[in-house]
Amino acid sequence: MSFARALSRRTMLRTAGVGFAVAALPAAAWATAADVEAEFKKVFAGKTAKEGKIKLDLPSIAENGLVVPLNFEVESPMTPDNYVKVVHIFSEGNPNPLVAAFHFTPMIPKAAAQIRIRLAESQNVVAYAEMSNGEVYVAKKEVKVTIGGCGG
Amino acid sequence: MSVKPTPRVRMPATAKAGEVIEVKTLISHEMESGQRKDKDGKTIPRKIIKQFTALFNGKEIMRVDIHAAVSANPYQAFFVKVPESGTFRFEWLDDDGSVYAAESKVTVG
Repeated sequence: MSFARALSRRTMLRTAGVGFAVAALPAAAWATAADVEAEFKKVFAGKTAKEGKIKLDLPSIAENGLVVPLNFEVESPMTPDNYVKVVHIFSEGNPNPLVAAFHFTPMIPKAAAQIRIRLAESQNVVAYAEMSNGEVYVAKKEVKVTIGGCGG
Repeated sequence: MSVKPTPRVRMPATAKAGEVIEVKTLISHEMESGQRKDKDGKTIPRKIIKQFTALFNGKEIMRVDIHAAVSANPYQAFFVKVPESGTFRFEWLDDDGSVYAAESKVTVG
């Protein structure tokens, strides 16, 4: 579990008197791809994700990890029989892999949104979309972060 | 640092029936992540907006679960359909239980 590991790591840092600035260094990876995989299993029990349908747009290089624009759009007619139920956004290198989850209804004409997120370090951002018929799609985008967004 | 959460919504006041319009929302909020420490090394407690809900004429049309990885002053842009004249309501739920809300009337004609 990333959370338990993050805690013990923090405790270690504190006892070592290294101070909080170290936590912003790229070496301090808390969540990992495996944590995102674990979250995926928790949210979409027993399902596998296919590539496609999701357009995930983030800058390749983000100078400031505190404010990284994120744009996504999922291909779907958004009718009552065929719509995007939920889009989960996960991060592979933040203290916590969860970023946001958008629960759509057919009242929303486009399964799209634009938000701004924090990234602690260079990492992959992953989006999973679940359709009303149960299919799951995945998209990944790598972002290089110059200044981490965890505030130390 | 503490800011008074003030929601702002930008969307057109009139639309054609069934038209797709873009909604831009912003709320001033520090989104304290619970990861930072103060100068004494104590963790600053988490205080974020944890959920956003959009309603049309009282019916939920979209809900967003928000975590600490969302930037301060959370901004969201998304699309809605306007089937008829009515009121869009947007609600932000704070960790401390407060709800901040904004309403926008849209007239079809």
